[in-house]
Amino acid sequence: MSAPPLLEVRNLHIDMRSGQERLNVVENVSFSIGAGETFGLVGESGCGKSITALSLIGLLNRPLAVGQGEILFKGQNLLKMNGSELRRLRGNRISMIFQEPMTALNPLATVGRQIAEMFVLHQGSTWHEAERKAIAALAQVQVPAPDKRIKNYPHQMSGGMRQRVMIAIALACHPDLLIADEPTTALDVTVQAEILKLMQELCDQRGTSVLMISHDLGVIAKMCQRVGIMYAGHLVEERAVADLFRRPAHPYTHGLLASLPVLGQRKLNERKPLQEIEGIVPSIAAFPTGCRFEPRCTRASPICRDAVPGPSVLGDYSFVRCYHHG
Amino acid sequence: MASQTQPLLQIENLSVCFPVSAGLFRRSHQAVRAINNLSLSLHKNQCLSIVGESGCGKSTLALTILGLQHPTHGSISFDGKPITGAAQPGRMQRARMAQMVFQDPYASLNPRQTIHAALAGPLRLHGLRNKGEVEDRIATTLKMVGLKPEQAKRYPHEFSGGQRQRIGIARALILDPKVIVLDEPVSALDVSIRAQIINLLLDLKERLDLSYIMISHDLSVVEHMSDRVAVMYFGQIVEEGPWQSIFANPVHPYTRRLLAAIPDPFTIIRQEDITRKDMQPPPLSGFSYYPEEIGTHDVYQSPPPTEFLTVGDDHKVRFIAR
Repeated sequence: MSAPPLLEVRNLHIDMRSGQERLNVVENVSFSIGAGETFGLVGESGCGKSITALSLIGLLNRPLAVGQGEILFKGQNLLKMNGSELRRLRGNRISMIFQEPMTALNPLATVGRQIAEMFVLHQGSTWHEAERKAIAALAQVQVPAPDKRIKNYPHQMSGGMRQRVMIAIALACHPDLLIADEPTTALDVTVQAEILKLMQELCDQRGTSVLMISHDLGVIAKMCQRVGIMYAGHLVEERAVADLFRRPAHPYTHGLLASLPVLGQRKLNERKPLQEIEGIVPSIAAFPTGCRFEPRCTRASPICRDAVPGPSVLGDYSFVRCYHHG
Repeated sequence: MASQTQPLLQIENLSVCFPVSAGLFRRSHQAVRAINNLSLSLHKNQCLSIVGESGCGKSTLALTILGLQHPTHGSISFDGKPITGAAQPGRMQRARMAQMVFQDPYASLNPRQTIHAALAGPLRLHGLRNKGEVEDRIATTLKMVGLKPEQAKRYPHEFSGGQRQRIGIARALILDPKVIVLDEPVSALDVSIRAQIINLLLDLKERLDLSYIMISHDLSVVEHMSDRVAVMYFGQIVEEGPWQSIFANPVHPYTRRLLAAIPDPFTIIRQEDITRKDMQPPPLSGFSYYPEEIGTHDVYQSPPPTEFLTVGDDHKVRFIAR
């Protein structure tokens, strides 16, 4: 990444407030995404990756709120914007694809109307014009017979087709940044491959930056140039994708990669048990004060318990938060 | 391998059709053919994996094996005795033959029942009245799946995802069945927990001499766990064989398509291309692959007659005569 980044997240804290209590769900997360770049955010459920994404477009709801930090999009702090400024940005310059297209689409409106709405709201088109553009948008995401399909309701389409509609809506206004939160988790593998290919092609053509959120390391390896690993609300490692898989630095990343069954690894007449990461993810109410991976870590020492390790720089846009990385 | 001995579970020419009602008087004119003339056998202490996409009939097959769905044609026998048709045993007996571990441990446990109640219920139903024996059995089963007997007093919401799947496994094991049907056993779990559950399942298989039928679409898990693999496409097996042969030498275009679709991080990083078209072996002479074109399938029509031909050591592929 050379040009100034399109999106820069600096020291983002997200709190969960209940009564007097304040729980740090996401703590001190910083990353940036360059123009045309695909950045992956990986982590297990509850690690804070989805709420980090939601905070970028101001969609956090109580009890969640941004505590401190800055989110700079083209140099402007999104956290300082008011409702109408954000509304002009959302769907237009930054848009989002959700995991489950059936719940993200409006079941009572035809897909054509839902795509056309984007042109009416953000580009001032008339509904008549917008319908024509919607057909073109649907054709671009390779839905066959788009002029007929715009009259369909979401329930009349298959999961893969619905996700294509979501992509058409998200990319309708040629956004600068696309946030994709587990876009293919609900789909079959062969459909997943098609959808990922489509996303990659469209975003490459238009130079759209992508924030890809997934728990599937395969999807991340396929789609992203750089990747951040989140564990229990901390961004513990940020690396170029190839470096991450070849030389993981954080013990969590290391354990995660070692625990995956790898195609072509099993030998005839011998089956080694998979390497396990002992223990479970700590609950939000009981995060350790120091490194949050410390209770499960094989390299842990007393220092890990006392303070959160700062970032050790490994290269450009590449760091790990661990006292004993290697 | 063990094909000389009698299989533990034998499925012969199984078909399951669901009538589709439409029109005035809701008469059924058509039937969806969920399973078409499927034959499979499971040997003792083996893990047979069934892979395929949603809608291919793999869950219907699982339900039919468990006796929750009646076959339209064909038969299933267990240990040489038929368990479908006129001679079929009652529900109680079937429960001791096969049990199921479900995909989503959040959804498959009763939230208002303690773990103890969930495990004690089946034991009492099956005639174990002695309280001490029930407690013993629950304690040993929980220990077997890596939980503490004290945790039995708790409710499902008090456990993490991985622990809940352990409870799901304990629930399946409590009646000491011979066959366990695993329906996507790790796909709902977090990545760092999957290895624990996979290791546990493989360990239990050896210790208790269990046989597994695993339904999955995660082919790296399938490769790690299976002895045999069957690839299912629209109610039929299109390719079946020992795991090493399916993974090293996939023949059917659909199997190759499935394999090519998995994003395996290490293959991607090494930039290996497993989809190379020139590796596609030509069909046997006089035959073509069935189906030739994937996705052109009518679920209401019975498929044309095809043949299941051997292409290698115990490795079979479905062809259609040209």
